[in-house]
Amino acid sequence: MTLNISHVGKTYANLVRALDGISLDVAPGEIVAVVGGSGCGKSTLLRLVSGLDNPTQGNVALDGDQIVSPHEKIGIVFQEPRLLPWLTVADNVGFGLADRPKAERAERVARQLDRVGLADKANVWPRELSGGQAQRVAIARALIMRPEVLLLDEPFSALDAFTRVDLQDHLLDLWADGKPTLVVVTHDVDEAIVLADRVVVMRPQPGRVFAEIEIDLARPRDRQSAAYDFAKRRVMAALDRSLDRKATIDDRETKSDAGSALWW
Amino acid sequence: MTVAEPAALTGERPSLARFARPALGLALPVGLAIAWEIAVRMGFSDGRLVPPPSRIYQEFAELAAAGELQRHVIATVLRVVVGFGLGTAAGTLLGAIAGYSTIVRRLVDPSLQGLRAVPSIAWIPLFILWLGIFETSKVALIAVGVFFPIYLGVMGAILSVDRKIVEVGRVFRLSGAQMVRRILLPAVLPAYVIALRAGLGLGWMFVIAAEFMGASEGLGYLLIDGQQLGKPAEIVAAILAFAVLGKATDWLLSAAAAPFLRWEDRYGAKS
Repeated sequence: MTLNISHVGKTYANLVRALDGISLDVAPGEIVAVVGGSGCGKSTLLRLVSGLDNPTQGNVALDGDQIVSPHEKIGIVFQEPRLLPWLTVADNVGFGLADRPKAERAERVARQLDRVGLADKANVWPRELSGGQAQRVAIARALIMRPEVLLLDEPFSALDAFTRVDLQDHLLDLWADGKPTLVVVTHDVDEAIVLADRVVVMRPQPGRVFAEIEIDLARPRDRQSAAYDFAKRRVMAALDRSLDRKATIDDRETKSDAGSALWW
Repeated sequence: MTVAEPAALTGERPSLARFARPALGLALPVGLAIAWEIAVRMGFSDGRLVPPPSRIYQEFAELAAAGELQRHVIATVLRVVVGFGLGTAAGTLLGAIAGYSTIVRRLVDPSLQGLRAVPSIAWIPLFILWLGIFETSKVALIAVGVFFPIYLGVMGAILSVDRKIVEVGRVFRLSGAQMVRRILLPAVLPAYVIALRAGLGLGWMFVIAAEFMGASEGLGYLLIDGQQLGKPAEIVAAILAFAVLGKATDWLLSAAAAPFLRWEDRYGAKS
């Protein structure tokens, strides 16, 4: 299923233009990372693709089917886990399967929980989970619906560096099962390069696509390799230019992991 | 639910703390009652206007032996139960609709807020004219008293449900009815229980007002009867009965709701 974003613009009621003329085609099974400075409309773009909001210009379509409201083939994982606190972990994961027979639901929930490594947490309340565990449950809740497109809005940004790297690898592992299309919004350049086949760099005010960079590296990707560093340098340079800086050192990124500090 | 706080917090052994805390709460009223009993026995006061515990107990025993106590308690409880049921049903329904639909809220809420500003006792004369002096007008008054806190509680709770959680429902493409049943209702449940308890408390308040307006039975009647015949022990006995019944029904409500609220993650929650 191809995801087509064509000439999409979004102007809010207060006349703030969040997005302008965004066009992007995402092939089935492709992983696209969207990066950009804060306020460049990356989350807005994801909400338009999910159908939670509608564009004011242009349209989003999945295999020719225009997206105007949430679509059964499109799943989303938010920055926060957004688990329902009154349901156990298992019931949260099975939330979208309410209309299926009980046996099928139980079987799929058990398998999915096992897949994210939380089989032993099936019957606990969400409040008892750590941040990383809760986000894994949120991913399981989306994946159990077998989406063709999975959108992730800064899914690991609230987690510590170790957990983040762990979950990035874990996400790729889960992706390999059904190879859904992934669109990941992130402000972490490392995350974009570890995950994506293609990195879309956005430019703010109004949000536009500034550059698209193919990441042609074999998976699993070695975060320490020279090729990885090269890819990262290209994305960083594009980001700098998108913010009208002439390849100055951007101290926003110094907090990312040790590998990133090596090249400058 | 009786798990004591960690010993480190209370500075006591858990087994001790379990009994020590309620005992501490009882110390003041029991101490005062004993002191008053002794004072009357020793002749410092005749205890006519402020009867000592023994005389109140005696009054209870006499009322119970004659079957009077049961008759009055049943009459009052029945009024509260019916009035609370009607008020809860109306408050929940209207509160839910007004919370869910902006148009209905704009249409209905200002009028209801206006009516809420009327002290409910002020309705008594009108209710008597409309509904007669018997049970209907009493139940109606209680229902009105119960209605407002529940209506406000339900509406406020629905309006403050986290948008992010509602979005989860939208992503899973829930219909309107499913959204209410699977997202909104569970989300408002904690606030709803609090509203129900507030409503029940008002129900007990208004049953007295209703029974003051002319009743031949009920604990409120007992209060008036005690005043007119100069029997303070009867008044205190009726007040104590109110206290016990009010506390017991509130406890029943909390206990019935507790299994549905085990998921709560809040300050003061006992896991």
